Amino acid sequence: MDVSPIIEAQDLGFAYEENSPVLRELSFSMNAGERVGLVGANGSGKSTFLRLLVGLLKTSTGTLNLFGAPRFSEESFVEVRKRAGLVFQNPDDQLFCPTVLDDVAFGPLNLGENAESARRIALETLGQVGLHGFEERITHKLSGGEKQLVALASVLAMKPEVLLLDEPVAGLDAKANLRVRSALEQLPQSMIIISHDETLIETLSTRRVFLRDGRIEN
Amino acid sequence: MIIFDNLSETNAIRRADPRLRVVATAVWAILACLCDRPAALVPMLVLGAALVILSGLPASAIRRRMIQLNVFVAFFILILPLTIPGENFFALGSLGWSREGLERALVIALRANSIVLACAALLGTMEAAHFGIALRRLGLPKKLTHIFLFTIRYTETVHIEYHRLRDAMKLRAFKAGCDSHTLRSIGYLIGMLLVRSAERSERILEAMKCRGFTGELYTLEEFRFGRVDFLLSILIIAALAVPGYLQWM
Repeated sequence: MDVSPIIEAQDLGFAYEENSPVLRELSFSMNAGERVGLVGANGSGKSTFLRLLVGLLKTSTGTLNLFGAPRFSEESFVEVRKRAGLVFQNPDDQLFCPTVLDDVAFGPLNLGENAESARRIALETLGQVGLHGFEERITHKLSGGEKQLVALASVLAMKPEVLLLDEPVAGLDAKANLRVRSALEQLPQSMIIISHDETLIETLSTRRVFLRDGRIEN
Repeated sequence: MIIFDNLSETNAIRRADPRLRVVATAVWAILACLCDRPAALVPMLVLGAALVILSGLPASAIRRRMIQLNVFVAFFILILPLTIPGENFFALGSLGWSREGLERALVIALRANSIVLACAALLGTMEAAHFGIALRRLGLPKKLTHIFLFTIRYTETVHIEYHRLRDAMKLRAFKAGCDSHTLRSIGYLIGMLLVRSAERSERILEAMKCRGFTGELYTLEEFRFGRVDFLLSILIIAALAVPGYLQWM
């Protein structure tokens, strides 16, 4: 059995502005099957960390080993983005197609599926998150909870091995929160979950880490 | 987003291949611009009206558009006869309205109306996104198509953002006036909209990259040029042959 970690970060450093680093010497590792709850104060660098993992930001120092290979260049991250699906904090940033179906099919089409199989995958994935019959709905007219579920489906449609969830229930009411939580509970994927929602972290995660002063503490 | 109405209704024109409709509209517009005889343009106007009826557009929407267009055209009818020399049919003091000018203005009116009717019937019944995709399939550069598609998608989002900021200003007792405070505040509002839109576009691109975007947009739509489209093209070519004949023969 393969026991080497799927995500391994060593001494990562990152700064948006010189002299005020957000992350310094951050080290983290995670095995397949784990669901890690990542908690920390606002502005502590949680989102920054997830964006580093998929190569949207590039580290200034340290090394990233993802899915068994070191990752530096933009090209090397293309594969990472297929295998690690980042769900954005604000679904409005993620949903850009006119209809729900178009949006969920966007990933599979980019991965080279033909229109017919992309449509099938999209419909299956929508069913998986409990959104049967939503395919023709207009994305920007959905409710907050529905948008969040569509954003989740649009990432799940790429069949990632790991889900990176950035505040998946922020700003949702109790009912929508429950809906998103139970959709997430059904999923087999490994996860890193950023949230301030105690119940969500409690139910989903197998382990919890803290991000403080630019480092991860267990 | 659809320019005129919803797509609940279906008929031959609405089901036709969007590429065909885009090409037909272009041919129509070019032909109308080349014709300068009222004898050729009147049939085009009639054909345009027939297309609109076939397309099942709501009368109210089309009426509003035609009024807007013709208010603009009315100025030509008023002004062109003044600037083109010829035999006056009406004079007011030293101002003379020439018959030649009036003819020229009427040709412009006929042209404009027939083109707008054709656009309404053929393009106005199309989902804006389909229009963008059709242009791409017809060879429009990738970047222009993307700009068009994203404009459609985000106009409303930016509009909503504008209203949210405007409401926030109102809640703090802002009242537009004619002073430097108003100008500065509106300036801040527009600046903030630009900054937020720019930031949003960065985040959208990132989200797209996370889903494997590498510069090409693929779509679920597969346009098919079927039998109906073939018949419709023949019909449109045959119909346009009439004004062509009247113009040049």
